Amino acid sequence: MSKVASSTPPLDERSLDLRRLVVRALDGGKRGHVGSSLSLIEILRVLYDDVLRFDPARPGWPERDRCILSKGHGCIALYALLADKGFFPAAELDRFCHVDAILGGHPERGKAPGIEASTGALGHGLSIGVGMALAARMQKRSSRVFVIAGDGEINEGSVWEAALAAGKHKLANLTVVVDYNKLQSAGTTREIQDLEPLADKWTSFGFRVREVDGHDVDALRTCFKDLPFDGAKPSAVIAHTVKGKGVPFAENDAAWHHKSRLGDDVIAELYAAIGGRDA
Amino acid sequence: MRKTCVDMVYTLAKRDPRVVFIGSDLSPGLLDDMKAEMPDHHYMEGVMEANVIGMAAGMAMDGYMPFVNTIATFITRRCYEQVALDLCLHDLPVRLIGNGGGLVYAPLGPTHLAIEDMAIMRALPNMTVTAVADADEMVRLMEASLDWPHPIYMRLAKGGDPIVSDAARGFEIGKAIAMRETGASDGVLIVATGVMTNRALTAADMLEADGIACEVLHVHTVKPLDHEAILRMASRARLVVIVEEHTIVGGLGSAVTDVLVENPPTPMPTIRRLGIPDRFAVNYGVQDDLLEIYGLQPAQIARSITDSLK
Repeated sequence: MSKVASSTPPLDERSLDLRRLVVRALDGGKRGHVGSSLSLIEILRVLYDDVLRFDPARPGWPERDRCILSKGHGCIALYALLADKGFFPAAELDRFCHVDAILGGHPERGKAPGIEASTGALGHGLSIGVGMALAARMQKRSSRVFVIAGDGEINEGSVWEAALAAGKHKLANLTVVVDYNKLQSAGTTREIQDLEPLADKWTSFGFRVREVDGHDVDALRTCFKDLPFDGAKPSAVIAHTVKGKGVPFAENDAAWHHKSRLGDDVIAELYAAIGGRDA
Repeated sequence: MRKTCVDMVYTLAKRDPRVVFIGSDLSPGLLDDMKAEMPDHHYMEGVMEANVIGMAAGMAMDGYMPFVNTIATFITRRCYEQVALDLCLHDLPVRLIGNGGGLVYAPLGPTHLAIEDMAIMRALPNMTVTAVADADEMVRLMEASLDWPHPIYMRLAKGGDPIVSDAARGFEIGKAIAMRETGASDGVLIVATGVMTNRALTAADMLEADGIACEVLHVHTVKPLDHEAILRMASRARLVVIVEEHTIVGGLGSAVTDVLVENPPTPMPTIRRLGIPDRFAVNYGVQDDLLEIYGLQPAQIARSITDSLK
């Protein structure tokens, strides 16, 4: 299935630090999508560290690149990056899902700076991204649009409507990144709704496709630096990831898709798995 | 009304760079003149309502005002979650132009009858729901839409409907228009929307000829509803009749009843709701045939009112 090497380098300190921010939010809310967030960290890290054009002081800056987390349930990973970049204080993570929080269980545009679209219902982000990419074209802006979709999410028919439209409009300023951790809510993607041959699907919808190890920071950098892969097509990056990456007891376990009532003991175990709370 | 509406999109686009047209596999040649003059503001997309709504949302987030046009059932039912979340949750100025509101597509059967469109659109926060009476009023709605920052659902009628609106009465989104106001107390108030307003006016003429004082309030904006106008006119009536080309579940009749129940005039007028019963259509024919079957033609409206006064 995978066309990428399986020699993922160990997580470095930055990747572990970002995971600590994720656990901080899980502790703050005593709940959250654990596995779904942890598979996203390196994708978001490389996008925000090396790829996206943005200014945390001006979240509405028209020339910014847009990054839509279409799999909104992975929002804790996005919150970690946005806090790390200074869009809002990291202390907001401690209030995750609190009654008056700006950071809820799914991201909302307008609630917290840096959130480009309110997502959570699956299959919405790519269409919004198509609209944003067309808007950039109409306004002759060089902004690029990145949409991060989940593998379970792309069961939704609306994703493929959007893919058809992106191909039709030859949106070279649009990139979809599939967080392909191969585990959806009820089980493996292979048993619930097989997506293979996934690269062929995106190719046939008019995208130029690359596959990458979604936890290999250097490989992700190289991949994203080559965007657009084709000057007349939208790009698709199939990022092979591990659900729960970095927390061995949660990896590849559908039971860790979402957890509620996370007690101090579990939070301590999560911290221990990533090298400690204050490492 | 439909031609006026889409032509107005082009007219507005010529003077407001925010205006974009998005169709979903509509008639060949639709707005070809606009497409020729401003090709990047004219999109004819495929049969993909969910994507089209999300795409319109993405454009609106970056400053555009998309006017999205397709058949009313498909722009409401088919992509309801996109309308709810992409448009209403983000509160974006996207306009949904629904062709064939109500019973216009009578010969095409229940798949094409938009008879609960206002109920489901009305249930969404931030959504504005409109049904103008005729083509002239459509021009005024389209003009007003440029200054309205929220999503709007525009129910279109068949076209060729009699012109009953009058520019002299003004037009403001959210403000109902008294089309016939006698000021008489203890009379009948008919509240109507869309093309039922012209039928209500004819029914009022018939009642007047029989000596029954009858006022008519035209509610072109079902949401936000003009509570003030409804209460002002209902408070002097002994009978309030709501007439709509819509299921009796959740439409204008429900909305007006809610207002009266929550702000009861003294004495409380009797309320009658004339609309489409809560079942799928079993007949075809044309719009007027179905209106007749549902008792919504002028003489039937007048008779229902007379019966209610007995």
